Amino acid sequence: MNMSRIIFTLSWLVFATSMLNCARANSQEVQFNRDVRPILSQTCFVCHGADADKREAELRLDAKEGIRKVFEPGKLKQSEAWQRITSADPDEQMPPIDSRLKLKPADKETLRRWIEQGAKWEGHWAFIVPQRPKVPKTRTADRIKNSIDAFILARLQDERIEPVGPADRATLIRRLSLDIVGLPPTVAQVDQFAGDKSADAYENIVDGLLASPSFGERLAVYWLDLVRYADSVGYQKDSHRDVWMYRDWVITAFNDNKPYNEFVTEQLAGDLMLGGSKFDQYRRQIASGFNRMNQTTSEGGAQEKEYLAKYSADRVRNTAPILLGTTMGCAECHDHKYDPLTTQDFYRFAAFFADIQERGVGYPTHTPMPTLPQIDRWEELESKRVSLNKALGQIEPSDGTDAKALQAELTAIDEELAELTDKKKWKKTIITNAGKPRPIRVLPRGNWLDESGPLVEPAIPVFMGKVDVADGRATRLELAAWITDSDNPLTARVFVNRLWRIYFGEGISRTLDDLGSQGAWPSHPELLDWLAVEFMESGWDIKHMVKLMVMSDTYRRSSVCSDDLRNRDPENQLLARQSTFRLPAELVRDNALSISGLLSPKMYGRSVRPYQPANYWYRLYKDGTYRQDHGEDLYRRGVYTYWRRSFWHPSLRAFDAPAREECLAQRPRSNTPLQSLVLLNDPTYVEAARVLATRMIEGGGATPEERIRWAFRRAVAREPDAEEVSEIESFYQRQAKRYSDDNESAKLLLSVGEFPLDENTPANELATWTSVARVILNLHETITRP
Amino acid sequence: MNLFEPVQRAACRRTFLTGSAGLLGGAALSSCFNSGNIFAGDEKKTHATRWSGTVNPLHFAAKAKRVIFLCMAGGPSHLETFDNKPKLAELAGKPMPDSYTIGQPIAQLQGQKLTCMAPNHPFDRHGNSGLEISRVFQHIPQIADEICVIRSMKTEAINHDPAHTFINTGTSISGRPAMGSWLLYGLGSECEDLPGFIVMTSTGGGQNQPIASRQWHSGFLPGQCQGVQFKSSGDPVLYVRNPKGVSTEDQRDVIDTLQTLNRRRESAVHDPEIATRITQYELAFKMQMSVPQLMDFSNETKETLEMYGTTGGDGSFAGNCLLARRLAERGVRFIQLYHRGWDHHGDIKKGIIKTAEFVDRGTTALIKDLKRLGMLDETLIVWGGEFGRTPMAQGDGRDHHIKGFSIFMAGGGIKGGITHGATDELGYNATEDIVDVHDLHATMLHVLGIDHKRLTYRYRGRDFRLTDVHGNVVKEVLA
Repeated sequence: MNMSRIIFTLSWLVFATSMLNCARANSQEVQFNRDVRPILSQTCFVCHGADADKREAELRLDAKEGIRKVFEPGKLKQSEAWQRITSADPDEQMPPIDSRLKLKPADKETLRRWIEQGAKWEGHWAFIVPQRPKVPKTRTADRIKNSIDAFILARLQDERIEPVGPADRATLIRRLSLDIVGLPPTVAQVDQFAGDKSADAYENIVDGLLASPSFGERLAVYWLDLVRYADSVGYQKDSHRDVWMYRDWVITAFNDNKPYNEFVTEQLAGDLMLGGSKFDQYRRQIASGFNRMNQTTSEGGAQEKEYLAKYSADRVRNTAPILLGTTMGCAECHDHKYDPLTTQDFYRFAAFFADIQERGVGYPTHTPMPTLPQIDRWEELESKRVSLNKALGQIEPSDGTDAKALQAELTAIDEELAELTDKKKWKKTIITNAGKPRPIRVLPRGNWLDESGPLVEPAIPVFMGKVDVADGRATRLELAAWITDSDNPLTARVFVNRLWRIYFGEGISRTLDDLGSQGAWPSHPELLDWLAVEFMESGWDIKHMVKLMVMSDTYRRSSVCSDDLRNRDPENQLLARQSTFRLPAELVRDNALSISGLLSPKMYGRSVRPYQPANYWYRLYKDGTYRQDHGEDLYRRGVYTYWRRSFWHPSLRAFDAPAREECLAQRPRSNTPLQSLVLLNDPTYVEAARVLATRMIEGGGATPEERIRWAFRRAVAREPDAEEVSEIESFYQRQAKRYSDDNESAKLLLSVGEFPLDENTPANELATWTSVARVILNLHETITRP
Repeated sequence: MNLFEPVQRAACRRTFLTGSAGLLGGAALSSCFNSGNIFAGDEKKTHATRWSGTVNPLHFAAKAKRVIFLCMAGGPSHLETFDNKPKLAELAGKPMPDSYTIGQPIAQLQGQKLTCMAPNHPFDRHGNSGLEISRVFQHIPQIADEICVIRSMKTEAINHDPAHTFINTGTSISGRPAMGSWLLYGLGSECEDLPGFIVMTSTGGGQNQPIASRQWHSGFLPGQCQGVQFKSSGDPVLYVRNPKGVSTEDQRDVIDTLQTLNRRRESAVHDPEIATRITQYELAFKMQMSVPQLMDFSNETKETLEMYGTTGGDGSFAGNCLLARRLAERGVRFIQLYHRGWDHHGDIKKGIIKTAEFVDRGTTALIKDLKRLGMLDETLIVWGGEFGRTPMAQGDGRDHHIKGFSIFMAGGGIKGGITHGATDELGYNATEDIVDVHDLHATMLHVLGIDHKRLTYRYRGRDFRLTDVHGNVVKEVLA
């Protein structure tokens, strides 16, 4: 290894790093939350934090009193902590040598300047109720479409970075379409948008996409990861379970733009909500399936009590990050090391869910329920019946024929209603059935055999206050009310931060599942607060927030930038440009199906089983046979794909889809050879290529060039350049020659997939175009959001 | 802190190529991982660049380069394999003393009368070391001097699924990375054309408990670190076979055209992710080429096949052992073989012989074969289940047991021909030199040159480790 190269690399690194940080570091005031708390959290909180059992010297540096004890504003010499940090005496030194924790020189420098500047303390930002900050003034207004842009631009101007210009229209519409509905735009939409010179052309596209039923499907893909939705129970045999009505409820809720506070409340406590029609009550019961997403077991020899304790802990461990972006899991056994959460808090939180009736060991109880479309229909029929009856009452006795017609209609309605309301014919789903709460006690070190801990009542973490409860025991309803209260500092921030990742690539705080003291300091804290307040004040209006984000100039920027900008901000934290990223697993497939024209628009219902490699399930105890679906169900959107937790679909897994055992807020975006194998060889993609080939021949024009251009645009919206066309065309020629010599191989290639074969085209021609379509479906650009 | 790592990320792409990754330390490299660039190629080249891990240089000299974990799924009885308990025979049919069992977790025997069951098979001493091995094994005695039996294992989870999760990830909570993923993250892969973490399963001899693919998942570690299941017959890797009617030349042509187009796009938009994608397609193609060679057993001698008792590629445990050796030769970092057949709740006397017959010869052959090839010194072998079985009878079988059981290790860095630790006289509690699962993990990492406290990954605000906040290296078993 060449030494000069190492030195070069390191010095380049230090230089590049300093470019973004030093300007700020030297000119700006040190802020406790932004600059100091992360250092203390990482280095000191383990012994001087929230965990009372591990606290040394009764010093708590996560609290103001502790800070005041050892940091003297403006006075380094009088600050005991500073003396300890800089001490050369191994007995005095902090952090202790044997702790393996270290303060970097830059950290010490930050602490020094902070003390000199007055050692100001702030509570952890995410635990303080957000206030709407003033929208910053920027030097220019021409890149400002809404307030989001002002926050982004102000920071860019601080950094003296010029944002890149807007993306071209083909890119914009493809980006919008993939982001909002998770599907590519049609060529007609691309052309229409390109030619629409009206001022509201862009907004019309946005509104159209937000109104599409695919919007809910796209957002559900994300939500279902959070809540760990799956079609199987999880542990051991991992048996099938039916809870897809909940999935459909989520899709519908997003499509109906149900306010987020109601969305949360109905899931947490829909079964406890009074009022509304019986239809509303059915819908809320389905929503309450949320509380039953945990894994369950029916393994022989499993102990009821142990597993009830597991489920209880599971709910706390997952509900907290899902709704509050807070990690509570570690408080099962000990007080949280970094955030002020105690073990008592953990079990009190668990007690909110103690009324949920469930088996510790055994198959979860399913409840017959009408499906959402059935409920809608039922509601419609009942109101029709009321108006028909009314009409019938107003008819003059002499008007014989009219009455007869109305009566006939009424009879038909009654017949349909009888069918719809026949509980024996209802499908089943898992809902929350509330009952007498089980006693919940603190389990020392999480040990379910130890009954020495005190019994606890439901309560929120003490440091966050108390829930309002009129009398008696607090329920999930009060928990939901607290979570969705405008004084809750976390809920709105957590959700808008997660939305932000969908539309900009990463969160404003990069740790989507932890806004606690170990979470990442937001790149734009004021913007995050502004968005959180906007969200709450809009009535928790999700579509409003999505629209706000995608209408911004920031969103519309090109993702192509100079090397200089990329080097200055490789992670694109400052958003001088847009980000590109690979589509989420389900969307990789939806996209290919859509481009080929195979995608089924059918919504809702039981999960479907597309092609899956033979024997993939055979390591399972029972139910090892995969009964693949046929026909339309092979081509449904990925959100409807059967999710078996022990063996979830391998091609989704290859693209980072999770097992759905635990809450996941942020799928990784890996780039692996297994992904290439899926796109090259999975029958789903080979079949999509064959069907795309058929479409190219049917509607793509007469010449190879026309067909290539046509398919290329279907895949990536833009026109290919001349070189791209010629590259694909020469590939086409080679394949044409190869398959004209080998009709057998051509037929074999065309035999992949169950979609009916186009018999009108000679096999060698169709095979050739199938090869061309495979190239197009495999392009990096095809699976990338631009 | 927020802007520091990302800038390093651009830098680490370069440092990978120059091999100086170690200079940056774990935190910086983990950020390279997050952008999905384990196999990052640089902007101009498309050849694969091996990911050399975050532990670079190693924390200390490694004794082994790779691991073959022979997982005896279902929980083999220590009392019929490696832990001889004459006292238990004396108490046969008598009640199990309460002092052992009161307040202890019990699986299927809960609420039942607890009676001692004598060991069902005699033990003999073998090799120069005189290691005690039960007669259920006919072949393993031949490698008595190579193996180190740990008789004082302990785990925390008493049901199969969480117990597997615990032994694989160090916690019974789902969703954490498997040990193979940790190793890949820490050490990288030595092999370009095969995944670095490969899992195979076989069955036979008893109840086949399910094994979930979460057992080889990478959890919060980058997707590149996840285990890949290999089917030992048919297409070994999912989606590795070309579509029907597509020849190797066709596939190559598809990829070449694709690469040209991707490269052209890269030069237009300068997105470094495209370079990575190009590399992944090359790796995928290499994998497609190398797998058939891997599965071609024609160059194995008759003697070798005879020693394993397989023709290769037959899906048996022995066949998987032979394949494991071939994977080891190709530089695969972590190879895990599950044999599902050890859950002897009933008829353990005959049942355990049946199951043992499925794994005895393959295990022995693998160790002898590696030794013959000079590879045993650099390969760590671990043999054992997710827990052991009760000294108490469950009818004519034994129930799950977590307080004391046996495993063995062999190969690189491990002292052969010894037993370590002990259970009490009835084989209930591990009492001497107790080794829990975290200790096992710490020891395994140690042998591979890793300080288990320093292999960490930041997730949800915490630096996670395979050993959580536990684990002590079992120095006594180290050579």
